[in-house]
Parts: sequence; C-alpha cells; structure tokens
Amino acid sequence: MDRIPILKLGDVLLVTIQVDMHDELASALEEDLTQRIVAVGARGVLIDISALEIVDSFMGRMLDNIAAVSRILDADTVVVGMRPAVAITLVELGLSLHGVKTALDVDKGLALIAGSARHAWRNTIVADDEDGAYGE
Amino acid sequence: MSDILEIRSSEDVVRVRQRVRAVAVEAGLSLVDQTKIVTAASELARNTLDYGGGGTVRIDLVAGPRRGVRLQFEDQGPGIADIAAALRDGFTTGGGLGLGLGGAKRLSSEFAIDSTPGQGTRVTIARFK
Amino acid sequence: MAQAGTQVTSELLNAHEAEVLQQWLQQLKDDGALHSGRIREGELQTQCSQFLRLLREALNAGAQDVDAPAFGPVRELLADISVSRATQGFSPRETTLFIFSLKQPLFDVFGRHAGIDQAATLAANWSIGLLLDRLGLHTMEAYQRTREELIVRQQQEIAELSTPVIKLWDGILALPLIGTLDSQRTQVVMENLLESIVQQSAGIAIIDITGVPTVDTLTAQHLLKTVAAARLMGADCIISGIRPQIAQTMVHLGVELDVVSKATLADAFALALSRQGRAVMRRRVDAVPSGYAPQA
Repeated sequence: MDRIPILKLGDVLLVTIQVDMHDELASALEEDLTQRIVAVGARGVLIDISALEIVDSFMGRMLDNIAAVSRILDADTVVVGMRPAVAITLVELGLSLHGVKTALDVDKGLALIAGSARHAWRNTIVADDEDGAYGE
Repeated sequence: MSDILEIRSSEDVVRVRQRVRAVAVEAGLSLVDQTKIVTAASELARNTLDYGGGGTVRIDLVAGPRRGVRLQFEDQGPGIADIAAALRDGFTTGGGLGLGLGGAKRLSSEFAIDSTPGQGTRVTIARFK
Repeated sequence: MAQAGTQVTSELLNAHEAEVLQQWLQQLKDDGALHSGRIREGELQTQCSQFLRLLREALNAGAQDVDAPAFGPVRELLADISVSRATQGFSPRETTLFIFSLKQPLFDVFGRHAGIDQAATLAANWSIGLLLDRLGLHTMEAYQRTREELIVRQQQEIAELSTPVIKLWDGILALPLIGTLDSQRTQVVMENLLESIVQQSAGIAIIDITGVPTVDTLTAQHLLKTVAAARLMGADCIISGIRPQIAQTMVHLGVELDVVSKATLADAFALALSRQGRAVMRRRVDAVPSGYAPQA
C-alpha cells in the first residue's frame, strides 16, 4: 500500500495530502507521523490539505489525533490550506477541530510554528565555557 | 438513472465519494452543496461498512422540478436500537466522533432512516439545488 | 358521456375554427388584453391561432385528459406563453384570461351551429369547459413558477451586490453587511468572504453589522458559522458595529458571540493592525491635522 510521504524541513515535518485517502491510508499516515515526530524531535507538523475537496469526520479525527499526540511530544500541528467549501461543510457537520491550529498557507503555517511560545526554550544557547568568560 | 455500488472495503468508500461527486456535478449542484452531499455520503458509507457489516448504496440523479442527488444506503447488519440516540452528536459505539448520522442529516436537504435491530438499516438522504 | 362530448367539440372545432378564432380575439380585446401595450395584436393573434390548432389536433387524436401525451404540445405552448407573460410583468389575471376568455366564443359558436342535437351541444360545452379550466390551472402554475424563479434570482443578485468584500490593508478584509441576514443570503455572504480570504491571503476579516437592523438568534448563528469556518481556514474575525439596542437584544435572547467584537469599524481596524504588530505613526510634526491647506 502506498503511504503518504512525510518531508522534513529542519525540525518541522511537512505532509501534503493530495489523494482522496481511504481510511487505512489515513491511519497509516497517523502512525507514520507519530513515529517521525519522535525520531526527528520535531517542533512542528504542517499538514497541507489545500488539495482536499472533502474532509469528513474520520479525517477530522485523524487530524485531532495527530494534534493531540504532537502536543504530548511538545510539537505544534498546523493544518493549512483548507478550502472554503470544506470549511463551510465542517462547520455544518459539527467538526470543531479545536485542538488543531490552522493557517492559510504553508508560509503562514511555518511562521506560526516558529513563533510559538512552546519553543522559546530552544532559543537558549547551551555552550561550554571554554575560555572562562563566565567565571568559575 | 440509478447506480448501485457495493460497500465492502474502505476503497469502496472512496469510490462512493467519487461517484456521488460526479452525479452531484451532473445535477448542477453548487460547489458547497456538492461538498456537503459527498461528505454526508462518506459518513454514511463508512457507517454501512463499520457498523452494518457492509452493504450497498443506490445513487440517483433527481431530475424533477428541483434537481439534485438522492442516496440510499442499505445494510443487513445489527440495526440501530435507539435511533434518537444515534442521531445525537457525540454518540458513538465505535470510538468515532459520533457525528456520522446527525452530521449527515444536517448536511442534507432530506433525511430518512429505517432500522430494525437484527435486520438491518436503511438511510436515505438527498441534496437539492 | 365525456367521450361523446369531446368528439362533438372536436368536430365543431374542425368545422368552425376560423370563426372561433375571430370571436376569441374580439373577446380578448374587449377584456383589455391589448391595453397595456405589452403585447401587439399580431403576436396575440399568432398565439391564439397556434393554440386553437394544437387544441384541435389534440382533440382529434381522441384525448380527453389534459395530462395525456396528445395534449403535450398544448401544455407546452401554454407554458411558453405563461413564462413570457410572467417575465414581461403581466398580472396573473391577464395571463389566465388568455384561456378563460375562450369559453364564451366556443359556447356561442357551438350554439349557432349545434343544429337539432341540444344534448350533444350541452355535453360538448361542458367537456370543453372542464378542459379549459384544467388548462387554465396549468397556465397559472407555469406563471407562478416563473415568478418564483425570478424572485429567487433577484434575491441572489441582491445578496451578491450588497456584500462587497473590501481590503482595508495587507491581510485585513472588511465585510460591511447591509440589511437582514436570511439563510439564503448568509450562504452567499459566507462564500464570498471565505473566497476573498483565500484569494487575498487575509488573516483577519472584520464583519461590520452597522447596517443590520436586527440580530436574532438565527442571525447570530449564521454569523457564528461564518466565523467558525474562517477560523478553520486559518483566519480570524472581528465583529464591529454592534449598536446598543442590538447588544441589549442579544443579552436578552441569551445569544453569546464567541468572537471579539468592537463598537466601530475603526476600533476593529486598529485592533487588527495591532494583532499584526503594525502601528499607525504620524510622520511630520508640522502636518496640518485637518482641513485644507492649498499647496504653495
């Protein structure tokens, strides 16, 4: 079975969903992403759904799960590129996707991850005090 | 013009989505209405597969004064004991989000459900222009 | 009995079509069909003679029921006439008069040529009367349908015209709503706004409801759905222009708007700018704050 490719951009994982996924493919993606987040120590997961014409409750649950898992693993999940017709339908369907951050496109999504307060600690520089600049 | 599709696997669910989309386009539904009926079809097809033990869907292009699409999902599964409960959001026996039936109803212009425990379930939905 | 009636009608019509046509036209003119000037006599005459011809053909084919296939051409012609009358703005009365004004001429002509068989003539009149009543109903229905379609189209146009999406700044859109928000209109409004958000890549949309007279539970629901959809896409909304009465009504109705709201569009704009990390700065201290200063 073909699996959806996951790209690594620095410490962000990028997934572009371009096919009408059947349930098993979606579940496989969820598994793969979870493993990669840990393996890479990712700070963010970007899921590009701009090619998706349909998002139903199964897909919604997958997105919720990925967001929940990544949160526990200290990463942000951002879903980008949702089409208007899909957004309107999801609201009607009752899918809130509250645990998922969203952005209009990949650029904005990456900016959202970069600016996330969750990762402020990564800006701390840890280095050896080789020349005694900071005293004994 | 009537199509009858089998729903026995998750690939079938995808096939149902694609066929419903094609018929919705032919009926002249707006993009948003197309998306709604295809999403509703996806929910019901999955229900048929996961809870009904597999079944069929009949897809009709409605010509009449109001053009649209009518879908009839049928299975010979365990049936639904408490339909009112099943229609409530959040109700799920399978660990899903529980939005399938209620959601499909909200997305459709017409909704009808017929279910007898031990015999099966039939859900009919339609979306009109 | 009915069959015999139709038969006699058919024969009489075959024999005296021209006479019927002439008298029918006269009846229509007397009833004021040409007064409005929306239709000319030549056109009316064509319609009448076409109708009589098709009616005669249908009766000759032996059909008695207006829904029978043989009456297809008659129904189609009537539908066409109805539709054109409706689009041209004729009243329902003027439109259905086309059919009903045929009764008297038929009655007269048949009476003149009935001969000895009064019973047959009576039957003929009765059956043609029933037939014309049914055709009149068809005419009315076609007329109604056309008017309704026209109204729906106009509503669509109004919805689209009165909801322009305005770009206030990079990434900030404004949607000034005017008038009542019914569900049909909200659909159009919602779709326009969301499409604009994608096209302009705008992260913030300000929905101004200064021009919305009342906000009831339903309207609030529509607004909230729009906001929810925008959020799912990755944009956020600010509601502005809530008048004091509306705020009070909403509180009384228990309506809760789960979205930031500002009293004025200006306030909402300022908030949007600050969210983007932007500020408005005065560049020149000696700039004229307001009024007109002619260039030297």
